[in-house]
Amino acid sequence: MKVVENLLGKVRPAFEKGGKLEKLYPMYDALETFAFVPDHTTKRGAHIRDSIDMKRTMFLVIVALIPALLFGIYNTGYQHFLALQQEATFMEMVLFGLWKTVPLIIVSYGVGLGVEFIFCIIKGHAINEGFLVSGMLIPLIMPMDVPLWMVAIATAFAVLIAKEVFGGTGMNILNVALTARAFLFFAYPTKMSGNKVWVSTEGGTAVDGFTGETLLAQAIENGANFYDTTGAYYASVSDSFMASFLGFIPGSIGETSTLAILIGAAILLWTGVASWRIMLSALIGGAVMGLIFNILGPQVSPDNLYLQVPWWHQLVMGGFMFGIVFMATDPVTAAQTFRGKVIYGFSIGILGILIRVVNPAYPEGIMLAILFMNVMAPTIDHYVVQGNINKRLKRLKTA
Amino acid sequence: MSKAIKIKKGADIKLIGEADKTISAATRSTVFALKPDDFFGTIPKLSVKEGAEVKAGSPLFYDKSRERVKFSSPVSGEVVEVMRGAKRKILAVKVLADSETRYEAFTPWTGGSDRDALVDTMLAMGLWPFVKQRPYGVIANSEDTPRDIFVSFYNSAPLAPEAAFLLESEKENVQLALDALNLLTSGDVHIGVKKGDSFFDSLTGVKKHSIQGPHPAGNVGVLIHHVSPINKGEIVWTVNGMDLAIIGRSLKAGQFKAERTIALVGSEVEKPQFYTTMIGATMDSIVGGKLKGSNNRIISGDPLTGAAVDTKGHPGFYSSQVTVLPEGDHKKFFLTEGWLAPGFNSFSLSKAYPSWLNPGKKYRLDTNLNGEERAFVVTGELEKVFPFDIYPMQLIKSIMVNDIDAMEKLGIYEVLPEDFALCEFACTSKVNIQQVVENGLADMRKEFES
Repeated sequence: MKVVENLLGKVRPAFEKGGKLEKLYPMYDALETFAFVPDHTTKRGAHIRDSIDMKRTMFLVIVALIPALLFGIYNTGYQHFLALQQEATFMEMVLFGLWKTVPLIIVSYGVGLGVEFIFCIIKGHAINEGFLVSGMLIPLIMPMDVPLWMVAIATAFAVLIAKEVFGGTGMNILNVALTARAFLFFAYPTKMSGNKVWVSTEGGTAVDGFTGETLLAQAIENGANFYDTTGAYYASVSDSFMASFLGFIPGSIGETSTLAILIGAAILLWTGVASWRIMLSALIGGAVMGLIFNILGPQVSPDNLYLQVPWWHQLVMGGFMFGIVFMATDPVTAAQTFRGKVIYGFSIGILGILIRVVNPAYPEGIMLAILFMNVMAPTIDHYVVQGNINKRLKRLKTA
Repeated sequence: MSKAIKIKKGADIKLIGEADKTISAATRSTVFALKPDDFFGTIPKLSVKEGAEVKAGSPLFYDKSRERVKFSSPVSGEVVEVMRGAKRKILAVKVLADSETRYEAFTPWTGGSDRDALVDTMLAMGLWPFVKQRPYGVIANSEDTPRDIFVSFYNSAPLAPEAAFLLESEKENVQLALDALNLLTSGDVHIGVKKGDSFFDSLTGVKKHSIQGPHPAGNVGVLIHHVSPINKGEIVWTVNGMDLAIIGRSLKAGQFKAERTIALVGSEVEKPQFYTTMIGATMDSIVGGKLKGSNNRIISGDPLTGAAVDTKGHPGFYSSQVTVLPEGDHKKFFLTEGWLAPGFNSFSLSKAYPSWLNPGKKYRLDTNLNGEERAFVVTGELEKVFPFDIYPMQLIKSIMVNDIDAMEKLGIYEVLPEDFALCEFACTSKVNIQQVVENGLADMRKEFES
């Protein structure tokens, strides 16, 4: 490490004021502060500071994403060979998954960090760590066969329009990763929905009966009568629930396994990085909406089988869990007050299930629900804080 | 009358270097100094010139906007230097002490109901600066009558000395000072005491509140907030519990008796213990020869709110604690000590570091910022260590954009920078929150007072 320190010290003059590469200082700074926590000491106020910093926080989110990523890699290969009905070993599945997934991650990070670096150089800011998480989230919410150039455009769009124009990290209104997905969803719907994109059948022909539909698409026609990638029906609802909970279903790379997501959630909640208020209230919101449909569905619209998908099954389908664990809890775009977080989370749960069921054109209701609530979050906070202000004013009047 | 206050939000940061309960005399300092910067919101005007002879209790300077508020020399001797900084700002007025202290004589006060006489005596003697006002945390205006007066005897800050120990032999003086405070307010004198601390039971004429919970439970701001919060237009006064000893002692004798006991603490002190010294003594007379290394941060006050002072400097006017910590001015490799290290010797209020595994462990924390300043990203962490019914993040942001109206609505009158010290410690984005709050209070004061 002394070697690294000396090397960094040696090239430093070139990046400092008056040096040849003066303009690239934010890049140098990012590299140096990545390797070493700088020797900055406290000048005013508290002389000692908590060990936590933005890098540690963001790193913990990445760690929490790892189970979902690993399972996603495996499941990409698993679904592929299942659709082709080819025998494959575990390693072959993983290798196929890696072959599909790694390029997405590289493109997402490359483009996103590139845009971020350019902005920081123009504005002379230090590079913020926020995109380390967004850059991992983006590939996890994409279908594995999405063309790389689309990912590149979507990432650039999201970083520019959702984040940098609002002033960069900490100032954005919309979740960056979800903006990327929403952009693709509306700009290139054929690559982001339907039944062709969720299972890669590259290099072979799918078996008879193959359907690449996600459970969300199946539920529109069949309700809870689900079938797997080969077209074989699950024996019971609890079987399809289990497959869905464990993640052996088609879908975006990181979203299929509720179990892997829950491991991530446990990490986020235990370390306190994400808000349990948001996660819990969103979960309850989703369950409540599902329950309402279960109760009212048979009476109001007996033909709509989607309404009858059991509420507990709704929660493990599609991107609902991934959304409420990793997207809704983004502290910048969520509500900031404790009470606001509860309202915000609950609304996401309600809306996520509502949109998916009532408007089958938008199967991924959770994405739209979170983006909508991102926009509403400041308003929620405003009223929560106003309540505190009113309490203070009332005290003044009675005093 | 006693009322229990239970605080849940907050945190006790456990540091190495708590003081042994022994008291020794510190080395006698030859030069004493008063620093106008210790008195927030004061514009100093000199009462003396270099070379003048002063007695203990003679004014060295006074406040330009409130001329009756005088700042007195703690010792007798010759004014040897008026230290000035940029724009001729007065940094310190130094007095070379006589070997025997000669005192300016004032009328003693040992009781009675003549409020004006008491105020005059306190002003003349230089005791008035011990009385502070909320909002703003400035020295009280002697022409106001405060709604109530609050005193906290619970020092909950890291490594802070126990009030009962510091005041052990001063109970009568404390009682006299409380009697004086009772005369100053039209309301009550409220005292905050750590739960289970019976030393203060015998004090009379006050409303006692027992406080339980982690730091900042002992902050007088927390006491006020939970007893009777400050509304717009109201004024309350506060006095440090430790300073009551000086007030009582001086009132009784009719002389400004500036002796105080301070705790010398921190991981870099060879033998942490208590020392008797006087206000304005040099730092060297307290820490000289008692420290471990040489690259230290010497703090007058506690590690969360104190001021950095070098050995040639002087501890703050209000300070009963000197804390010495290692400087953190070295780079930390990310895998061994930095953000990706396991970090068994790092302390964090979050569970991002394993310090939660060992709640009893005491830490040797240095002054490294442990990161760089960033935009506010993480939410909810400030609220966990802020036991007020106030939204800290929203208040801080309103100060940052200088929205006076919002600051007022969000409760800035009820807080001082020290109440945000733990928020500043916890902040992932490394924002200097106490500085922000101080700026906000200064702006408010400029807006509403001439």
